[in-house]
Amino acid sequence: MTKLFIALSSFLLLSGCAGNWGWYVVDPSTPNGMTNLKFMATGAYYTILMSLTAIIISVVVGLLIALPGLSAKPGVRAINRVYVEVVRAVPILVLILWVYYGLPTLTGITLNVFWAGVLALALSDSAFQAEIFRAGIQSISRGQYEAAQSISLNYRDTMRYVILPQAIRRILPALGNQLVYMLKMSSLVSVIGMQELTRRANELVVTEYRPLEIYTILVLEYLVLILIVSAGVRWLERRMQAAES
Amino acid sequence: MSLGTDSPIIKISEVSKFFGEFQALKSVSLDVGSGERVVVCGPSGSGKSTLIRCINRLEKHEQGEIIVDGVTLSDARESLEKIRANVGMVFQQFNLFPHLSVIDNLTLGPKRVYGLSEKEAKARAMEYLERVRIPDQADKFPRHLSGGQQQRVAIARSLCMEPRILLFDEPTSALDPEMITEVLEVMTELAGSGMTMIVVTHEMGFARKVADRMVFMDQGEIVEIAKPEKFFTTPDSQRSRDFLQKILNH
Repeated sequence: MTKLFIALSSFLLLSGCAGNWGWYVVDPSTPNGMTNLKFMATGAYYTILMSLTAIIISVVVGLLIALPGLSAKPGVRAINRVYVEVVRAVPILVLILWVYYGLPTLTGITLNVFWAGVLALALSDSAFQAEIFRAGIQSISRGQYEAAQSISLNYRDTMRYVILPQAIRRILPALGNQLVYMLKMSSLVSVIGMQELTRRANELVVTEYRPLEIYTILVLEYLVLILIVSAGVRWLERRMQAAES
Repeated sequence: MSLGTDSPIIKISEVSKFFGEFQALKSVSLDVGSGERVVVCGPSGSGKSTLIRCINRLEKHEQGEIIVDGVTLSDARESLEKIRANVGMVFQQFNLFPHLSVIDNLTLGPKRVYGLSEKEAKARAMEYLERVRIPDQADKFPRHLSGGQQQRVAIARSLCMEPRILLFDEPTSALDPEMITEVLEVMTELAGSGMTMIVVTHEMGFARKVADRMVFMDQGEIVEIAKPEKFFTTPDSQRSRDFLQKILNH
């Protein structure tokens, strides 16, 4: 028994697993641990603010890009295709770097870290939103358009009151998906110095030298955020269904 | 082939319509007088639905001319909106807006197109719901209604635009037999009110009772136009006789 214990603990020691945890860096019962936890958690402010701002912009842009994609005219449809294919092909990290470092040289417009991050995230996501909207709108039957036309609704009112309310209901799960994706992708904005969750974790690692513990907390932070978003989207879906009964 | 009327509200002259290679309408001409009730019948694929869908430009015709209430159909937006406000349509599949309650289905057009206030639009909607005899369903959603009720709501929705012309595209074909009567009753009542109606239907009992003229179509052409009493007893063409044989002897 004793032999076994010695063998096991020496194996763990040698392999670097046992006794190597240092949870004290994020222990809320110690002043230093509490300070570290607060430092990490307050990064959520910018993660959330950036993601929400970006998703609002990307939904609007995505819808505006989706609409020409539904046109009968090939020339108009091409606007949609070119935008979607080009924007979708650029990795988000590359887009962030390009907007932050490239845009000032190219256009003279300098964006601060926050807006550069939001712009890059929104731009990238808008191509996906455009495809989601296009699919949602195309799933609405022809009869709905015809009924709207038969009571003389113009294109704008047909979209606003008849087609989009039905399409949005159908694509709600996909929109929720994109918000989750956005929350995670916002971590990439840490590379240009945005003080969001990931950046703060990185900074703490540099001073505390405890990456495993700190990144574990970081994982949990994202998990909590995303579970909240998921619950919110499901609540919204239920509410929209309830409104119809 | 056309039978003249004194004051045509709809003038269809030599209209042709193609779906790719297929010619759905072959130089069709028809005048419909104000207040007239016309029933269009014929085998499936004969072009009857296409014909009435051309009247409110859900389909574009390639040749010929259609004049509705003095306005020539074209792509011009103004003329299109004017015609569509004046021409209501009732569809085989009802096409109610599923995300809106019955009352909101009815008030949407009057509010957006005529600029009626919420209150005015609701008053108008209730008036027409009573006319189709379902005022008590106003706050329900379409999927909670029976097919017959849904079709009556669809008729009321068209009436709320106060059109001069109502087009019916096989309004009872998607209904269970026991619900056909309630819809036909509403339509018969409408016919009595002086509304100009063009009805595509296989309900020959309704046609006989309500129609001023029967139009028989086959293979994209109008084969025969006749008063119902003549059409049902001594039709001129062999094709009409064959069709009536089939439809009346089942």
